[in-house]
Amino acid sequence: MLRYVIRRLIWVVLVLVVIVAVTYSIFFLLPAGDPAVRFAGKAPTPERIEQVRVAFGLDKPVYQQFYTFTKNLFLGDQYGWPGLGQSFVLRQPLKPVILERTLVTMQLAIGAAIVWLLVGIPIGILSALRPHSLFDRGAMFFALVGISMPVFFIGPLALYLFSYQWEILPGSGYYPLAEEGFGPWFGHFILPWCVLALLYAAFYARLSRANLLDTMSEDYMRTARAKGLPERRVIVHHALRASLVPIVTVFGLDLAGLLAGAVITETVFNIPGIGQYAVRSVFSSDLYAILDVTIVAAIVVALANLVVDIVYAFLDPRVRYT
Amino acid sequence: MPEPILDVKDLRVHFPTEDGVVKAVDGVSFTIMPGETLGVVGESGSGKSVTFLTVMGLINRRSAIVEGQVLFQGEDLLTAPKEDLQAIRGKKIGMIFQDPMTSLHPFYKVGDQIAEAIRTHEKISKKDAAERAVEMLRRVGIPRPEERARQYPHEFSGGMRQRAMIAMALSLSPDLLIADEPTTALDVTVQAQILDLVDRLQSEFNTAVAMITHDLGVVAEHCDQIQVMYGGRVVETGTADDIYYQPRMPYTWGLLRSMPRLNTEEERLHQIRGTPPSLIHLPRGCPFNPRCPYVFDRCHVDVPELLPVDGHHAAACHLTLEERERIAEQEVLERA
Repeated sequence: MLRYVIRRLIWVVLVLVVIVAVTYSIFFLLPAGDPAVRFAGKAPTPERIEQVRVAFGLDKPVYQQFYTFTKNLFLGDQYGWPGLGQSFVLRQPLKPVILERTLVTMQLAIGAAIVWLLVGIPIGILSALRPHSLFDRGAMFFALVGISMPVFFIGPLALYLFSYQWEILPGSGYYPLAEEGFGPWFGHFILPWCVLALLYAAFYARLSRANLLDTMSEDYMRTARAKGLPERRVIVHHALRASLVPIVTVFGLDLAGLLAGAVITETVFNIPGIGQYAVRSVFSSDLYAILDVTIVAAIVVALANLVVDIVYAFLDPRVRYT
Repeated sequence: MPEPILDVKDLRVHFPTEDGVVKAVDGVSFTIMPGETLGVVGESGSGKSVTFLTVMGLINRRSAIVEGQVLFQGEDLLTAPKEDLQAIRGKKIGMIFQDPMTSLHPFYKVGDQIAEAIRTHEKISKKDAAERAVEMLRRVGIPRPEERARQYPHEFSGGMRQRAMIAMALSLSPDLLIADEPTTALDVTVQAQILDLVDRLQSEFNTAVAMITHDLGVVAEHCDQIQVMYGGRVVETGTADDIYYQPRMPYTWGLLRSMPRLNTEEERLHQIRGTPPSLIHLPRGCPFNPRCPYVFDRCHVDVPELLPVDGHHAAACHLTLEERERIAEQEVLERA
């Protein structure tokens, strides 16, 4: 198992190098204009442009820039480890910016994940236990609606209703827990959590319903009943465990996807997360910021995959890695 | 006269579907005496499995209409409260299933699954239950039972899994063991081992056994009584000797003739022509009439009753007893 994990981690490093290379190529192939010209200010003189070019290291050949960045990433630069470079826009080290924004996105994603797990899975289970009942039909209708509602529609609608029309909740924005306290922090997060969770809750309800229904028709469920187990134990001990294992896989990847940036939700609710920053960096051709966001996303997704595989091995004894 | 352990009276199990009512079991009656082995033979869809799943209370009552009586040691299981049923399942009636590959839970250790059955019905410690589970594995002939108890089902072969299933079903010394095609999914060499094991354990535990199978060869050696089912009904019932040497029903003849024999010149196996009937639209009259080589007018009109041939031997057929005796002697037993 340990050997497997180590091998997978080495793979992650390789994947990172490839991703940095691809991102570099895209950036330099993109017809976005010369970054040096963009950041040299209004009506720059050729000397000024040259100055900026040297300051950003853009005068060196691409492969050399790539080499320096990759080396710094793994070994650290003048701002410490990992070397994430400096922003063209801010002319400041990117590490604290990336770190802070990742933390904000984590609060958004994990909060939403808790909401959708707590809502989606119980609904799916209850539906599966009474298939075609009124509850099941109602729940699956809700799921269909939930899946069909894009965040950019439901987000502004929720903001309008809850904070403007009814004034139950404060508006958009991010209020750090440490500085503003629990109330404002929670109050401003509750809407984005729920809006983001809606889509996933609907999907998870359908998924856990389908999985549980499948499991209920397995032969070993009949064996469990034939043993004389009380129905409660049959469901909880025999059916749920088997039916929820596949959800672990999906959950790992979904959460990773969100940790890499929930662009629309962050934009709608004006939350300074990593996804919002990624979009802004692309529009301003801020090379190292784009690279850093991509790397964060890659690391999160790769690690989430690894965690899913490890958790799977613990949940399902048939899965063993060597 | 001893009381039967299981007395099923006029059992009907109908499943309403969009295409019509599936009459899976349609008026089945039989008894099993303590310690006796009943063989239940029939094709897929003859209602043999559904009959015994109903006995176990494993048919979803929301999707089926169940009528009749299932008296187990005097108590009607069809009307018994849920708690009584749970107390009987596993404790007094054990059941093993056709496919041992999928009948054990893949996520739990084999020993734990057996111990779970024991602890459901008896107040004993986890440790004692685990020891009992190992002991049961030993009794069903699993080598190194201590080690095997800690393994998962996927680490067992098919035969070993069926042994483990038998260990689980017998762990509480039930009065009745229902074996639903216990050897169908196994290799031929393993089949014989499992059947011998059931035989041996039956005398050790003094358990009555209901052996469901589509293989007449299986029931011949291992069963006292045999009951042949077709289209949701019992069409012939009697001792193993009755069925083998004095069969009195064309479907039974077909089954006997389609058994492979070594002492014959014929190279092709005999087959019963046609396919099993639709349980939604059973043929009018005798359900076997579209496939019966001896069919005549009355077969298309009346449903034959299960009438005594002699003693407990009974068959459902409109042909006269003399005719059937003649056909059985001349055409079936000769060639079979």
